[in-house]
Amino acid sequence: MPIVPMSSPIFLPETCPDIRWARNDAPRRYRPLGLVKVSAGFPSPAADYEDRRLDINEYLIRNSVSTFFFPVEGNSMEGAEIFSGDILVVDKSIPPKHDHIVVAFVNGERLVKRLYHRNGRLALLAEHPGYPAVEANEGVEFLIWGVVVGKFKRFGC
Amino acid sequence: MPVFALVDCNNFYASCEKLFDPTIRDTPIVVLSNNDGCVVARSAESKALGVPMGAPWFQIQEIAKTHGIRAFSSNYALYADMSNRVVEVLSQFSPNLEVYSIDESFLDLSGFTHLDLVDYGQQIRKRVSDWLGMPVCVGIAPSKTLAKLANHIAKKRSAYSGVCDLTRCSESELIQLLAEIEVGEVWGIGRQLKQRLNKMGIVTVRDLRDADASQLRQQISVVLERTVRELRGVACLELEEVAPAKQQIMVSRSFGNYVYTVEALAESVSAYVSRAAEKLRRQHSLAGAVSVYVRTNPFKPKDPQYQRTVTMPLAEPTADTMKLTHAALQVLKYIFKSGYAYQKSGIILTDLCPENCRQVSLFAEPEKDNQSKQLMATLDRINQKFGRSTIRLLSEGSRKDWHMRREKLSPSYTTNWAELPVVKAR
Repeated sequence: MPIVPMSSPIFLPETCPDIRWARNDAPRRYRPLGLVKVSAGFPSPAADYEDRRLDINEYLIRNSVSTFFFPVEGNSMEGAEIFSGDILVVDKSIPPKHDHIVVAFVNGERLVKRLYHRNGRLALLAEHPGYPAVEANEGVEFLIWGVVVGKFKRFGC
Repeated sequence: MPVFALVDCNNFYASCEKLFDPTIRDTPIVVLSNNDGCVVARSAESKALGVPMGAPWFQIQEIAKTHGIRAFSSNYALYADMSNRVVEVLSQFSPNLEVYSIDESFLDLSGFTHLDLVDYGQQIRKRVSDWLGMPVCVGIAPSKTLAKLANHIAKKRSAYSGVCDLTRCSESELIQLLAEIEVGEVWGIGRQLKQRLNKMGIVTVRDLRDADASQLRQQISVVLERTVRELRGVACLELEEVAPAKQQIMVSRSFGNYVYTVEALAESVSAYVSRAAEKLRRQHSLAGAVSVYVRTNPFKPKDPQYQRTVTMPLAEPTADTMKLTHAALQVLKYIFKSGYAYQKSGIILTDLCPENCRQVSLFAEPEKDNQSKQLMATLDRINQKFGRSTIRLLSEGSRKDWHMRREKLSPSYTTNWAELPVVKAR
């Protein structure tokens, strides 16, 4: 092959028609520049065993559409480990049964009680010796609002 | 064959209030509109006492007190959350659902016709009642217009136990039912149209169903013809599943007290722009123009009247709260005139375009745009987590004399950690 000085170009569309030449008047097209880094190298050996980070919601709330929160004031349920300042997780989709802890509307008040429903007796019990049971009779306006499925509390650190 | 169900909540706002407040279980209550103006919702007891819908509160409050009727301000945070929950439960009963209003949804039941639809309707009622304490009625029919009527029947006639299914009616049963309902109850027939139809001899829904549809199209409108066909069981309306992105976003409110200074007006305008810009970003749009308007009270014709709207196009479409506020305040300074008692202000973001479709202007600074985008994203996240307006512009002010009057507002029982309903352990 002869050595050709660079000053005189010989690679031109006219002399090399087999090469695909770019047109100088071709329309401009914009292409996005990849802005996300692609990592090269070893994939993490832990990737196959990765689980999702734990979420308290999944632990405390079974059915979020029917779940509501109620803070507690008072100590009548301490025997059930429910204390003043706790926030109760109440799920209205759970049918209330004997022995459930429930939020109830009684005579114009919002209460938290343990439900007693056995042998024809329907009552709301406290979990503290100082507090009497509320029996479902004539004259007592009684509505079981929802079942308490859990509770949570934050400390002020 | 298409089958639609219309599910709506009974006395929705009043029901939301009664759900959390143990002191009003049997009390007649009403819920008032913005600025505690008029009655927009009545509990069953209030309806029984004859409280009219839309009655101005100041007119009826004395009578209300003597009957033990309690009034509540509209608690939108509570109602919106409960509405979302109702919709979420309803979506378990059909893959296709249209949220028609805050308390009504259409369900597509065309895939469920092999079931006993009245029983299915009762399952819907039971689940919404058990899970959310919300009473609802269900109307089922082959068209949306008939489904709305079926819902009306279910609500008014206790024999139906809250569910009315017109698809299981024979032709003669259906005609009998429709003959007992007056034509004004039909979806889309307002007071004026009802009077016009009455003059034409169309008094009951049955009359309308039997009327000459093409004649009605000529004399009234093609919309009415479509209603007639729907009454005949032909579904002309489909479920609208996705709300189209808004073409303009408006935020405006009447003031609780008259406003006289440009500073106070600027506070309100700033607050409205913030809200509108949030909605703008949520639908991934940019605004190309901002309109601002102010007006005095048109119901006080003796007072000097002034109202003005001015639109300012922006150099570049944006969703940046600060840029939009700056533009809005410039317009406000331009249109403000002193010496007037302003009763309302508002802003409209127009000329919307999708986020990814802007044309870059000669003066654009892409790096600043990125920063602004990130700032807005952070702003939205914080406000979402800690409550609206946790972070707001200084121009929104803190005095807020013009804020909507809501003196009888119940707590946001389900959306604010500080306002949760307390239970007593006693």
